[in-house]
Formats: sequence, structure tokens, C-alpha cells
Amino acid sequence: MLQVRNLSKTFGGVKAVQDVSFTVRAGTIHAVIGPNGAGKTTLFNLITGIYTPTSGEILFDDAPAGGESPDRLARRGMSRTFQNLQVCMNMSAIENVMVGAHLRLGSSLLAGLFRLPGLAKADAECRDEAARLMDFVGVGQYRDTHASQMSYGALKRLEIARALAAKPKLLLLDEPAAGLNHTETGEIEALIRKIADSGITVVLVEHDMKLVMNLSDHILVLDYGRKLAEGTAAEIRDNPDVIAAYLGASA
Amino acid sequence: MTMKPTTRGFLFLAFVLAVLPLALPNAYYYDLAIRIAINASIAVGLNLLIGYTGQISLGHAGFFGIGAYASAILTSRYGWPSGVALIAGAAATALLAFAVARPILKLKGHYLAMATLGLGIILSMLIVNETDFTGGPDGMPVDAFSLFGWQITGEQTWYAVVAVMLLLVTRAALNLIDAPAGRALQAIHGSEIAARVAGIDTTSFKVRVFVLSAVVASVMGSVTAHYVGFLTPGAAGFFHSIELVTMVVLGGMASVFGSILGAVVLTLLPQLLSAFEGWETVVFGLILMLTMIFLPRGIVPTLRLKFAGRAA
Repeated sequence: MLQVRNLSKTFGGVKAVQDVSFTVRAGTIHAVIGPNGAGKTTLFNLITGIYTPTSGEILFDDAPAGGESPDRLARRGMSRTFQNLQVCMNMSAIENVMVGAHLRLGSSLLAGLFRLPGLAKADAECRDEAARLMDFVGVGQYRDTHASQMSYGALKRLEIARALAAKPKLLLLDEPAAGLNHTETGEIEALIRKIADSGITVVLVEHDMKLVMNLSDHILVLDYGRKLAEGTAAEIRDNPDVIAAYLGASA
Repeated sequence: MTMKPTTRGFLFLAFVLAVLPLALPNAYYYDLAIRIAINASIAVGLNLLIGYTGQISLGHAGFFGIGAYASAILTSRYGWPSGVALIAGAAATALLAFAVARPILKLKGHYLAMATLGLGIILSMLIVNETDFTGGPDGMPVDAFSLFGWQITGEQTWYAVVAVMLLLVTRAALNLIDAPAGRALQAIHGSEIAARVAGIDTTSFKVRVFVLSAVVASVMGSVTAHYVGFLTPGAAGFFHSIELVTMVVLGGMASVFGSILGAVVLTLLPQLLSAFEGWETVVFGLILMLTMIFLPRGIVPTLRLKFAGRAA
């Protein structure tokens, strides 16, 4: 599904990601963990086309994806959420989700101006679909609420609904549980499990170790932009390098 | 099925435009109504760019000027039919807007404001300096608008024409913001990065809405030229651009009806304040400042929030 080979990104003199390689197989949940500043979000931004790699290769569905723009990657079936929420606060909750379905709807300004009959019908179906997705992620009660009036936890779910509206093959979640309390984290964990069970490949960055260990088929550990370790949850838990990096002990 | 608020608003607008002639006592008031409808149409188009997509333009009077002068020059000096001249002006505007949009709309915030400001000033200077074609600062006369031998003359006919145009522009704008393309525009305003991740080609949308708003300004420029019958470079000037943006901001960003109200206020106020003899610009500025301090989101969105708050 996703292959990353020798990927590097430098900002001026700072090597944010250095020579990272890993593979995500279709149908799995893959986690990227590491201390703050390890380069996890940079890695996400490289994969989703927000940054252009300094060197290295990214293959999505066996075709090159490095440096391609986010909207083209979206067209190829990639979607994501953001660590710092990127919900459109100038729109209602359901409209935010409908934006996610953009690629399946006509994008012609003229068709919009004249409200051609085909468009109105497709739009109504899109609205129903968006409402179903809001129920699926558990924010169905906010259907017609303005996004600016929703709580942080609800907005995190809303972002997931928007990403799902694109019907992606690969979904990248950047810290889906950040800022959530214990109960909410448990609910998000169940939601990610449901998403993976529906056949979508999931890559997530997360600090909540319980969630990561419970969910992940495969874990990649980054430290100072480099790959520190890779493996199953059990392997990572017992890896001395990982323990050292997290506890700050000298190895 | 209950009627959507926008549909209710649109029907209310149609009703007001239809019964207004009963209340207009003379040509002076017809003239005001016509100017309001023209300004409102431009403001609604401009709001799609500024309020909905979040991209500022301080140069739209330049596009208004292209339309106006294209109509004036092509009909008076070259004898083109008015309708063809209007379309030619709109096409020229579309081409120019399309050509400059890509580099300009890469800029954000203050830089975009400066670039569009520069574009407006260049267009306005062109009109002032090309005296052979435009008459320069002295202005030039414009023939009446004629279509298949029928001339649009008289305030009442003009009122009917611009009222229908305003209704068309309003309906189209309302349609657009409720369509996928319109949501894409609003998503660009809300979070450009989220829009791109959702597969929205943000550059293409920005360019298209810029061209659309420019074409509306151009067409209304042509209409104004024929209606007034005389054209001066001020029409394409910086102050006119600012006036148009003020209508959008005052009435309310991302509110179609707000733009119409903004046009009403900004067209009527100078007339109402003429009693202040020389001080009217000061009072005008003061009213604008106070409105923005107490109604920061613009008139319509602020009132809508107040109403929604009371209902809840």
C-alpha cells in the first residue's frame, strides 16, 4: 500500500527526517511513535504531499507519490486528519464532512451557479451520506451545528468523518487522541478499529501508548528524525533502545 | 418541507424590487435605486471572492473600468452593437483576470491586497493616459444601450433591467454557495490545507472565482456606462475599489444579502449626509468606523447571530 525508502527532509540545517524506510501493508494499522520533535508529523506531511522530500522515495499503490500535491494524492485515495485541527470554522459540521466528498461531486462553478438538476440530486445524496458518516464517528447530534460551536473532542471526530467522506484507501491520523480524556480516548480507539475493519488501511501518529499498543499491527519508532526501531507491539515494548529514548537513560 | 432561509430571503428581495417602483416618487429616487442595484450586483460577486473564498481584491474597480470603457469605446468610436461590446468587455476582463490570477493568488493577506491594488492602479492609469481612446481625465460620452433597435432609456426601464440583473446575480450566488464548488470555496477560506487534502485544487478554484467576480464587475461597468451616458476615469479608480470592498465588509463577509445591504447603505449614506455640507465625508467615515466597532462581522451576520441566540 505504502512504501517509504530512504526518505529525508531538511529545513535549513535541521535534519527533521533522516533516511527513514518502512512499508505499510494493505489492511493493517500502522503506528508511528517517538518523543516530541522526533519527526513524526514531518513524516506525515511528506507522505501526504504537504512537504516535498529532500531525498528518498515514497510509493503509494506501487506508484511514485513523493512531492505530489495533496489534492492529487487525495484523488489517488489518500486522506488524513491533523494534529492541530483543520476544521473549517466558517461552515456547519455537515458541510465540513461534505467537503470531504469533493472529488465525487461536480466541481464546476457554472453548474453550481445554475444549480443544474443532476447536481442537486447528487448533492442531496452526499448530504445523506455525510449524515451517516457523522453517526458512524459519533457526532450525529451536531448535524446542523456550526463547526465553531462544537467541542474539541467532537471536532476531532468530525475531522475523521471528513477524511472518511473521501472514501480513502489509506487514512493517516495525526494524534487522534491528543487532548482527549480517558473515556474519549477509549472511544476513539474503538472508532479506529471500526475504520480498519471496514477495509481502510490506517497509519497513525500517537503519544497514547495504551492506544498504540492495543491497535497497532506494526509500529515504527522515530527519534531525532531517524528510525530507532520497527516491529510488532510486543517487540517494541521490550526494545532497549526504545525504552532508553523514552526514559532518557543513556543506552 | 420548510423553506430554506436563503429562499425566503431571495423571495423577499424579489418582492421588494417588484413593489419599490410604487414607492419611488421621482427620477432622482429611481436613479438611486438603479445605482444601488448595480453596486449590489458587483458586491455580491465580490463577496464570493472576499467573504466566501477569503481572498481580498483592492482592484475590482479596474475590471469595472474595463467593462465600462470597452462598452463606451467600442460603441461610440467603432459603432459596435452595445450587446457585443458588453460581451467583448466581459471577455477581455475574463482573459486579463485569468492571466493575472495565477501569480497574484499565490500571495496571501497583505501581499495579495498590495498586488490587486497595484493591478487596479495600473488599469486606472491606462485609462487616464490613453486620452485618444478614453478622453482621459475629461471623460467621454457613451451612447444609449440598444438591442435589436430597441433602446434602453428612461429611469423606469433601466430600473427594471438592473433589478432583474440583481435578482439573477443573487440567485446564482445563492446557488453556488450551496453547491459542491461553493463549499470548496468556503473550505479554502476555512482551511486551505484541509481543502487540498480533501482533493480540492485550491489554485484552480481561486482563479475561477476571481475571474467570475471580475466578469460581474465588468458587465455592471458596461451597464453603468450606458446608463449614466458619460464616463470618467474615477469609475476605475482606487476609491471605487475601496468602496466596493467596504460594501462587502460592512454588509457582512460571506453573506449574499449582507452585500446587498452594504450596497444600499454605502450608496444612500452620502446622499442622506449631504445636509452636513462639507463634513459629510467625516460623518460617513465615522458611521463606518462605529459600525465596524459594534458590528464587527458586518451588519447581516451580526444580526443573524443575535437572532439565533435569542431563539435558542
